[in-house]
Amino acid sequence: MPDPETPLLDELENGPWPSFVTELKRAAEKKASARDLLRQLERSYRDNIGHWKHGGIVGVKGYGGGVIGRYSDLPEEFPAVAEFHTFRVNMPAGWFYTTKKLRELCDVWDKHGSGLTNMHGATGDIILLGAPSDELQPCFDDLAEIGFDLGGSGSDMRTPSCCVGPARCEYACIDTLALLRSVTMEFQNELHRPMFPYKTKIKIAGCPNDCVAAVARSDISVVGTWRDNVRIDAAEVAAYASDGIDIQAEVVDMCPTGCMAWDAGSKTLTIDDAECNRCMHCINLMPKALRPGKEKGATILVGGKAPIVRGALMSWVLVPFMKMEPPYDEFKELVEKIWEWWDENGKMRERLGELINRLGMRAFLKAVDLPAVPQMIREPRANPYYFWNPEEVK
Amino acid sequence: MAARTDFGPPNYQEMLPPVVQKNYGQWKYHERIKPGLLKHVAESGDELYTVRVGSSRLVSTDWIREVCAIADEFCDGYLRFTSRHNVEFLVSDVTKVEPLIAHLQSKGYPVGGTGHSLTNIVHTQGWIHCHTPATDASGIVKSVMDEMYEYFVDWKLPAYCRISLACCLNMCGAVHCSDIAILGIHRKPPVINHDIVRARCEIPNVIAACPTGAIRPDPKTKSLIVNEEKCMYCGNCYTMCPGMPLADPIGDGVSIWVGGKISSARTPPKFSRLVIPFLPNNPPRWPEVTGAVKHIIETWAQHAHKHERMGEWIDRIGWERFFTLTGIEFKEQLIDDFTLATETFRSTPTFKW
Repeated sequence: MPDPETPLLDELENGPWPSFVTELKRAAEKKASARDLLRQLERSYRDNIGHWKHGGIVGVKGYGGGVIGRYSDLPEEFPAVAEFHTFRVNMPAGWFYTTKKLRELCDVWDKHGSGLTNMHGATGDIILLGAPSDELQPCFDDLAEIGFDLGGSGSDMRTPSCCVGPARCEYACIDTLALLRSVTMEFQNELHRPMFPYKTKIKIAGCPNDCVAAVARSDISVVGTWRDNVRIDAAEVAAYASDGIDIQAEVVDMCPTGCMAWDAGSKTLTIDDAECNRCMHCINLMPKALRPGKEKGATILVGGKAPIVRGALMSWVLVPFMKMEPPYDEFKELVEKIWEWWDENGKMRERLGELINRLGMRAFLKAVDLPAVPQMIREPRANPYYFWNPEEVK
Repeated sequence: MAARTDFGPPNYQEMLPPVVQKNYGQWKYHERIKPGLLKHVAESGDELYTVRVGSSRLVSTDWIREVCAIADEFCDGYLRFTSRHNVEFLVSDVTKVEPLIAHLQSKGYPVGGTGHSLTNIVHTQGWIHCHTPATDASGIVKSVMDEMYEYFVDWKLPAYCRISLACCLNMCGAVHCSDIAILGIHRKPPVINHDIVRARCEIPNVIAACPTGAIRPDPKTKSLIVNEEKCMYCGNCYTMCPGMPLADPIGDGVSIWVGGKISSARTPPKFSRLVIPFLPNNPPRWPEVTGAVKHIIETWAQHAHKHERMGEWIDRIGWERFFTLTGIEFKEQLIDDFTLATETFRSTPTFKW
């Protein structure tokens, strides 16, 4: 519906993709705050600049994070968004919901906030977008009543997330949802009370396809893998070949290790598993015929982060293979050791990867008591500037 | 009564549809039936159909109730979301699949985003709710997805394609490892408000926040000085101190990065690389940005081998060829001068003209 106050945003109601402007308008029919958000956004579209003030600390009883303060820099013009704070609400593992649970959430948010949400925020939380200061505690109390707790913000463990895993994916080499829940419950204090040099993230992917971007986006990345042989169903391989997949060109020639061979005559695929690096390409192409092996676990990688402060990093291999079975003590103990070293040595706003870069992998491995192994690196160093412990030189 | 805290999120086990509970960890294989429709088959023989639709990410409670009503009608009251803001309707009764898809399409939901398609754009808040943005997020995403709609609902690409958008250099949201990253940037140094710096900022922390050492204390004003030649407008100082704003209607805009990936399939994860250092903020539809994204994707689609992601295609043909094929002007900003710059320089005369 055209609106005399929002001509620029109205344009974004056209076109086939779902329109966030339509969503803003739906909420605006019920809520003055959503109406003022729409008007303030139109103002930003005219001014080419945002209209939110810098930060602001707000919260609810017993928590150090989970609510982000947000104040308009034009409160007189847009009074209903003068205070427009965000809740980060911890989502269920794998983002599965019953409609009953979602409706309860909608009821709470309609009662206390703008009626606008993100399903979901980039880290994975349910984002409830916009409530005034005096609604924060009542809103949280009602959320708690229906079983929704807060997610992370500030210098804490941010809300961990995982892929769909064994709930619906045959590639899952670990139970990503069970591990996520176990880690989330174990580290509630670290999630809810900022205590570290900076934020820290854990993401859990069931296989090297990494559908939650664990390697790119988390300080501690868990990626499912296996140690034995790819399982082959020869009849199904032949069926894919008959069905139009060019197995030589699309599968064998694209294998990064050259560990596969295809005999087109007998329609036989062989894999030299010792040389396979488990990249998933062949399995992705022929999921009916090829499956990960049976001896499953995870590779643990560390240090991933976005650019702030000293540049983006992708996680590096720390533990090539770890069994992942409840209660996941080995993993949790490793996480605690990592955090302890980081907390002890990290400067303000220094992420784990940056600290490892500053103090060296050698110091880090010593602190977490893990051996150096070739799987950790792409290639050895090319410079002669390395250290010895004095006791080794006798 | 003490506040109730630390009880954690709802238990996922109570959120799983019966077919998932029954076949949890026992899925055998899947098929991509058509764009937006997956079929998973369990060891037990049970089948689970997933219908994926895109969302605008910023949604009202009315919208959530609407998708809940659809899930009640077709999916026994269960649904899930993906890591990229799509909704997945999970159907165990095959007779409901086509009626569900027809219903969704009649209501305007884009069905797609699976297989060799463009899936939904992961993005940030932008002008809607962030305090450090250099551009809007939702408006650009809507404009790009309108322009690229056919690639979401159909399989027209050599491989899948992940676009992400972050509205400032914080790069919230895996932007740095995307096939195409749309990133808000500033181009002007902070304008210091000395009163705010004195009243509200921890000066040593602001100095330490600068990755290039451009900030130093000013004893005369008891505030800070920025060496503007060293400033690359990252906004770290503003994050630490509200007296250092750098957003500016002329200075702010959008940069385009390409060739990143996260999956380890075939090749290891890669960072996205800068190819267009600046495009203007031109709301409401950012035509320069949508045009560049479409052009890059269509050039890749035209030249890449089957299954070759954007970055793999570029690795094969070489960056110099990427610039000739796309016709994108190579600007000096594309040559790295940050901490690990020399790793990106070429040390061999074996390149293409």
